[in-house]
Amino acid sequence: MSNSTQTTIEKVNATLERRYAKERRFRKMGIAAIAIGLLFVVLLFVSIISKGHSAFWQTHIKLDIEFSAELLDIGDRRDIETLSTANYAALTKASLKAIFPEVDQRKGRRMLYKMISIGAPYLLREMVINDPTLIGSHQTVWLPADDDIDMLVKEQTDRNLPESSRRLNDKVIGWVDQLMARGAVEKLFNTTFFTAGDSREPELAGIGGAITGSLYTLLVALLLAFPIGVATAIYLEEFAPTNRWTDMIEVNINNLAAVPSIVFGLLGLALFINLAGLPRSAPLVGGLVLTLMTLPTIIIASRAALKSVPPSIREAAMGIGASKMQTIFHHVLPLAMPGMLTGTIIGMAQALGETAPLLMIGMVAFVVDIPGGPLDPSTVLPVQIFLWADSPERAFLERTSAAIMVLLAFLIFMNLIAVLLRKRFEQQR
Amino acid sequence: MQSTTLILILLAVMAVAFQLGRRRAFNLPGLSSIRELHSLPIYHGFYAAIWCGIPALLALALWSSFQTPIISQLLMNNLPATLTAGLSEAELGLLLNDIRNLAAGNITSGDISDELVTAADHYNHLQQVGFSSQTGVVFILTLLGATLGWRFISPELRARNKVERLLRWLLLISSTIAILCTAGIIFSVLFESVRFFEMIPLTDFIFGLQWSPQIAIRADQVGSSGAFGAIPLFTGTLLISLIAMLVAVPIGLMAAIYLSEYASPQLRTYAKPLLEILAGIPTVVYGFFAALTVAPMIRNSAAQFGVDASSESALAAGLVMGVMLIPFISSLSDDVINAVPQAMRDASYGLGATRSETILQVVIPAALPGIVGSILLAASRAIGETMIVVMAAGLSANLTANPLDSVTTVTVQIVTLLVGDQEFDSPKTLAAFALGLLLFLITLVLNVVALRVVRKYREAYE
Amino acid sequence: MLAMNNLIEERQQPVSTEFTGTVGDISISNPRMTTRNVDVHYGDKHAIMDVSLDIGRHEVLSLIGPSGCGKSTFLRCLNRMNDTIDICRVTGQIKLDDQDIYDKNLDVVPLRAQVGMVFQKPNPFPKSIYDNIAYGPRIHGLAEDQTELDGIVEGSLHRAGLWDEVKDRLHQPGTGLSGGQQQRLCIARTIAVSPEVILMDEPCSALDPIATAKIEALIDELRQNFTIVIVTHSMQQAARVSQRTAYFHLGRLIEVGQTEDIFTNPQHKLTEDYITGRFG
Repeated sequence: MSNSTQTTIEKVNATLERRYAKERRFRKMGIAAIAIGLLFVVLLFVSIISKGHSAFWQTHIKLDIEFSAELLDIGDRRDIETLSTANYAALTKASLKAIFPEVDQRKGRRMLYKMISIGAPYLLREMVINDPTLIGSHQTVWLPADDDIDMLVKEQTDRNLPESSRRLNDKVIGWVDQLMARGAVEKLFNTTFFTAGDSREPELAGIGGAITGSLYTLLVALLLAFPIGVATAIYLEEFAPTNRWTDMIEVNINNLAAVPSIVFGLLGLALFINLAGLPRSAPLVGGLVLTLMTLPTIIIASRAALKSVPPSIREAAMGIGASKMQTIFHHVLPLAMPGMLTGTIIGMAQALGETAPLLMIGMVAFVVDIPGGPLDPSTVLPVQIFLWADSPERAFLERTSAAIMVLLAFLIFMNLIAVLLRKRFEQQR
Repeated sequence: MQSTTLILILLAVMAVAFQLGRRRAFNLPGLSSIRELHSLPIYHGFYAAIWCGIPALLALALWSSFQTPIISQLLMNNLPATLTAGLSEAELGLLLNDIRNLAAGNITSGDISDELVTAADHYNHLQQVGFSSQTGVVFILTLLGATLGWRFISPELRARNKVERLLRWLLLISSTIAILCTAGIIFSVLFESVRFFEMIPLTDFIFGLQWSPQIAIRADQVGSSGAFGAIPLFTGTLLISLIAMLVAVPIGLMAAIYLSEYASPQLRTYAKPLLEILAGIPTVVYGFFAALTVAPMIRNSAAQFGVDASSESALAAGLVMGVMLIPFISSLSDDVINAVPQAMRDASYGLGATRSETILQVVIPAALPGIVGSILLAASRAIGETMIVVMAAGLSANLTANPLDSVTTVTVQIVTLLVGDQEFDSPKTLAAFALGLLLFLITLVLNVVALRVVRKYREAYE
Repeated sequence: MLAMNNLIEERQQPVSTEFTGTVGDISISNPRMTTRNVDVHYGDKHAIMDVSLDIGRHEVLSLIGPSGCGKSTFLRCLNRMNDTIDICRVTGQIKLDDQDIYDKNLDVVPLRAQVGMVFQKPNPFPKSIYDNIAYGPRIHGLAEDQTELDGIVEGSLHRAGLWDEVKDRLHQPGTGLSGGQQQRLCIARTIAVSPEVILMDEPCSALDPIATAKIEALIDELRQNFTIVIVTHSMQQAARVSQRTAYFHLGRLIEVGQTEDIFTNPQHKLTEDYITGRFG
């Protein structure tokens, strides 16, 4: 026997080197897989932040504006009606003319005027309507520059390209350089981006409308999905008899969780818009669709939360004569609530990032106004990203990335709350 | 809007009824002590509120759902023959829409004739009558309910049991919404698909090699060109999903194995949530990343090798979709690998196996059904994924297996067919529903099989 | 404390339950394995305290004691199975034929090929019966060709007394066997690697009496070729199969000796109490 053991251990030792080489190889593959995964996380964030961070600043140009009644063409009238329809563009034009008196041809002038955003007159109008005494005074005003100028100042336009393949010709670049030398060009915080609705002009476009739309949509989804989800979970966990009907509901919920989101869009289109006649592009319909989509998540999380409440609590309550309903609502539900809320927040985070089904129900519209209610046409943040990603203007590229940053910030925030809630919940146990 | 006001008023009335019911229970004549009540006063309050509000709310819901079709029918019957003569069903619908718009003071599509104005006035009148009678009915029901509720309250009333029974019904109804949702999906998709297959034969759709829905419209000869062949869409979907799985399965599986069998606790606590970030990123972000970062990268590197790559290549979409699925595969397989009993590993280590031998020859074979299940679930995700392919995969229905070519997928076509104007009698729009039906069926089969496999596997080790 | 010790000497053993060092002869001549001053910690928990014990050639040594006494932990030290538990720390000296198995440079793979293990619950791999047995020889490269592998499988099954029961269904899953057959399959799987020592961790606790009897007969047979250390909670089993017995209590080795001596004439009070069924 001892002879054969000798040979056995020799045989084993002979294989060791090869086996350990294999082991190291396998280990390296595992490390590589994790590294690749993490690399993608980094790549994604770096690519989006590097593209998007500049959108939070917008190039402004300092102009001396003379609010002359003559240029505004309003005479002595100061009523709102007159002030709202006055010719504010003339003010910026006059100011630009004063800076660059040498530009006298019509074509040159037009290029000159185009340096200031076409939204600038509206800003001036707002100033005047808020304070009519401005009329007749001289003011120094920072006005947003056109997106092409913005891109040039942010050095996202390549000056070294041949003139014909640039959106700005040498003359305009010269003007910008002159303005910069005088300190009349500056990048200011881009509040428009957060407050405005969509626009064809990048410097006037913002995510305010989309965020409001998302808010209404999520609100509808939350108000419907949370009670229905919790009620379903309570029924299935506490009341449902074990029969085929209950089985069917269970299988259904699991399958719904894996149905492609776009199919929910088709359902929303056929059911809510064609059949029920609800308006297209409305957050109400979006919320309904997202309710159906998030229900499985909430139900599954809520059931898990109910399951984790120890049966001793139920027995204790029943033991002192509480009815089943009282037991559940007074004792079980409060203990399960943190888990249910965690599930709901995660479901809402999914809903916030959802795009495809909302395209089907017309939330892909170009919406300039900020929606005032769940029935107004609106879009949502991810759809706004989708729309901007398609725009040819370079300035929309950075705004798309910036919108993604805002979306991700919301999602990270929501998930953080969910994680903290879960941690606290676990500590209680 | 008017119904909303009514509902709000009703809710307020219910709150009042609740208070009154509770008070009445406290102050019932001949009640010496509150202990003589069968149920707590609060349940009497709920009971009163329910009697007061629920019948009225039900009536309101019924009325609202029937008012519009009834008024439309009445309006149609009253329209002068000059307006309706020789109009098809769809054109009648348009006419009705015009009248509604006119009545609401919106812009209409056609010229405004006197007949139309009369009809609009009539419509407004009908609406008015409808609303007043609706309000009346709701009001009467509320009063009736309140009186009944008030009458019923007595010491013997088993208010708690009755309220709880209603609550239980509400819970049951909530739980059926999941079923209704599935039924809704099936019926809405099936209904429009059947209309589609009446125009385009099923065999043309399933076996056709040509997909160009636009051409059929322009030539105004429905379905004659055989342009609704879905094969290129399915090959495109498969190509992209295959690329995605080729990326996601090895990386996700290896990551799961490393994290559960090798990694130190510290690495696990940091790497796992970091990887799971990938699962929480919205697909539209991946789409943007694919279209603006990955696709140009692929085209440039292909150009360096002298290969021509499309700017909307299947590779870019598939690659990014694969990244999206990494955490999906890794967290599912992590569960599955952890479910393999430690005894199995002990047996292998006890025989002197190395870690990789134990993993490859014992743990993975034992976990195989679960891993297959999670791969199937991931495949179903890949097939149904929309935004990445809409933004990065292009629209041309090429029948190709070259990952550098542009292909289109089922989901992309559904989106392009349905975004924008929809005509619900053209095969172009209906085709989207037929595609949706197929997509639903395919993913359903994958999910059912996957869930069953995973469940069986779990049971084997519990 | 001192007074107490005097008391013990006056009254003679086995009166006190106090522990003053292992009773009985821990060392034997020409041992296969020797352990000296072994301590095991699980995190903060001190699971084994200062255990020294020799294990002889071709003997069956049984480790007995109440549950939680550390007998299984000690067993798992002998082929470093405790390495798979992160928080476990082993100190002291354990030697297999003069080789310190906790030496930093020692490789656990050949060690475990020399010191095999059979577990409490039968744990066949979810593979065929054949592949279960062939797993060890395959990973260690013990067979040159298929015929040799077939030979090893058949030989191991023969020695485990399972051949006649399974020879017609070698390619059916091992999980399809009965509990007793599964455990014998696991033993066959262990001896297929031709180890020198076989560690058995309560191998019969999950089995019915008939299957237990078969395993016990098998253990007796295997003694011809292997050294066997068996942990058991059944004193009768220890008495039936083993030549030497070691009694563990709360992480300490209380007493060790020839099995007949331990069961008929225990020297320590704790051992006596356990054997007479006063606790355990």
